Amino acid sequence: MYIYDQHDKTLIGERVAQYRRQTDDYLAGKIPDAVFLPLRLQNGLYVQRLAPMLRINIPYGMVSATQLRALAHITRKYDKGYAHFTTRQNIQLNWPQLEEVPDILAELAAVEMQGIQSSGSCIRNVTSDEFAGINADEIEDPRPWCEIIRQWSTLHPEFAFLPRKFKIAVTGAKTDRAAIQVHDIGLQVLKNADNEVGFKVLVGGGLGRSPAIGVVIKDFLPAKHLLTYLEAILRVYNRYGRRDNKYKARIKILVKAWTAEVFADKVEQEWLQEIDSPSTLTDEVIAHAKAFFTSPAYENLDCESSEAELQNLAIEQIAFGKWRDRNVIAHKVPGYCAVHLSLKPTGVAPGDVTDSQLEAIADLADRYSFSEVRVTHHQNLVLGDVKVSDLPALWQAAKQQGFATPSIGTLVDMICCPGGDFCSLANAKSIPVAEAIQRRFDDLDYLYDLGDIKLNISGCMNACGHHHVGNIGILGVDKKGEEFYQVQLGGSALDDASLGKVLGPSFYAHEIPDVLERILNIYVDQRIEGETFLDTQRRIGIAPFKEFIYAKAA
Amino acid sequence: MPKLLKDKTIVDNGWQVLPKDFDGVLPDTPCFVPLDYWLANKQNLQNPESIGVWLDSEEEPEALVADITSLQHIAVNFPTFMDGRGFSIARLIRERYQFSGELRAIGHIVPDQLFYLSRCGFDAFCLNALALDDAAEENHKLEDYLATFSVTYQACVNEQQPLFRRRQG
Repeated sequence: MYIYDQHDKTLIGERVAQYRRQTDDYLAGKIPDAVFLPLRLQNGLYVQRLAPMLRINIPYGMVSATQLRALAHITRKYDKGYAHFTTRQNIQLNWPQLEEVPDILAELAAVEMQGIQSSGSCIRNVTSDEFAGINADEIEDPRPWCEIIRQWSTLHPEFAFLPRKFKIAVTGAKTDRAAIQVHDIGLQVLKNADNEVGFKVLVGGGLGRSPAIGVVIKDFLPAKHLLTYLEAILRVYNRYGRRDNKYKARIKILVKAWTAEVFADKVEQEWLQEIDSPSTLTDEVIAHAKAFFTSPAYENLDCESSEAELQNLAIEQIAFGKWRDRNVIAHKVPGYCAVHLSLKPTGVAPGDVTDSQLEAIADLADRYSFSEVRVTHHQNLVLGDVKVSDLPALWQAAKQQGFATPSIGTLVDMICCPGGDFCSLANAKSIPVAEAIQRRFDDLDYLYDLGDIKLNISGCMNACGHHHVGNIGILGVDKKGEEFYQVQLGGSALDDASLGKVLGPSFYAHEIPDVLERILNIYVDQRIEGETFLDTQRRIGIAPFKEFIYAKAA
Repeated sequence: MPKLLKDKTIVDNGWQVLPKDFDGVLPDTPCFVPLDYWLANKQNLQNPESIGVWLDSEEEPEALVADITSLQHIAVNFPTFMDGRGFSIARLIRERYQFSGELRAIGHIVPDQLFYLSRCGFDAFCLNALALDDAAEENHKLEDYLATFSVTYQACVNEQQPLFRRRQG
């Protein structure tokens, strides 16, 4: 992980002092609400339906055991003893007091954490692949590049008052797990024919009211030009992005209005003016960033004997076998694996953890995974470097803490926003719908038979629950004060990214489990050997689903 | 008299900002003329010590390239403090077009933006734009705003080397 030096520590300390003064001035009536708004947002503080909400950055999803313990302490001291992992690899507190936020930020700073630019119209926390550095399909570890971007974007003086929020995601793998096609900027690390490292650059992806898939504006950007090119994109957006209507202010609207070609040309012209400026990366800075993400001290392990033991255990204990099949992921180093800690047990809001669970996760990380944890954009956690031989012990420990729900990637491993229970933007609740679905679909064998299905739920069209890119997406809508749920089919945030299509008129909350069951029945009836839900849906289209569901309902 | 924060001290601001649709006779006092007026009449406005140009946030600093060396005062308007276009405009004027005169922020800005504004090349700030009544009392504090951070990651007008080049050195 990246470790702060005295520069980073000084900066974060000065940021806490600045925000403490801003809060004091606000409480003393010296800063009006409208001016305080962006100041608090750019430190992560929203004012929500019931209380403020504080969003804390977890840069590209990497968090240490020490940091998790500090978060546990903070949730106990300043909140109600729990926190929520988000779809952007961050963590949120639901009940902080506005007056205490400077103290919270000071406690975070002590463990090299912060909420800088975690909300507001600025460059947000950069996100990445939860298997960065450990997956065999990786071209290059994206995290050094993420850290370079994190530093560049932190308190960038030119881009703190953009037309709208701005999200950057980076993947270094052949398979995109960072959803780069639905970010304002998506970066894919790759190598050219001469084995030089660079980036494919996408812009204009995003969810929200006008969902869009990003378009490629640069096939290969040599790595050293990363920051000058990003700066060119941001400058073009800052100058020409719409500011008259917040729903048309994201970069995707500008890219559509101009066309990708015109936008790419404008960026190119801007970039060429600054191409070799001092912000050009040096070999030294790249090596410096990479030095923080070297492999931990892996052992040479006897894979065959531990594998045989696990096979036997899986036969004896079917539950262990199921958990291993679903929640354990291959690792590039023999004898190691990556393990999902599921945050989706039935009856708990997806992504929620208690203070004692945070400490338990820290303990597991210390014991089994070099004291590091990764946050996934599916709102689960990953222990990245677990010895295969430790799996039985880890499984037992994870079960005790409620992290061993063996459902990763299935229907009930859903993405879900906080919804109308917490969020002041939401049109409808999302957590109770998620729970009703988990209760209906509680037969693991059925879930495994259905295979990989992404079910994403958002409580409003702002799409924090990524409903557009769920294979099945559920969107809460308000009709004359009543909550309804629209169903979409066919979305994906993977390499084959696509936006879901609306099935038809929306449903009451209590109808949703039945509707899902009918959708799944059609899939099971119509699938051809080996097809996932998405494969079948794409092959047969949306019409068979529509006919069956609305005919029965009528 | 209205006040100006310039070179980290509070001074009298004797400059008027003429409205965007200005047409007619210039006042006797120093003034900023709007960009269109400047472009249409600049041959008659060659008095850089008392005539400057102001740009609105949607206007293009590229329009002033030919005049940069003959100007001593340029102002950039912030219609609201949330309109961040002026930050890009300022960097272009300073870094790309090498303007060395006074670059003034006018319109609506807030004290907590002074640090970023100054990093982007502004060196003069209208205090009425900051909505501060008692300028004298706030004098010391305004200086503090300009020095909120002693560490900056990026290259910008006031620091041409990004931290990664300074950090390595």
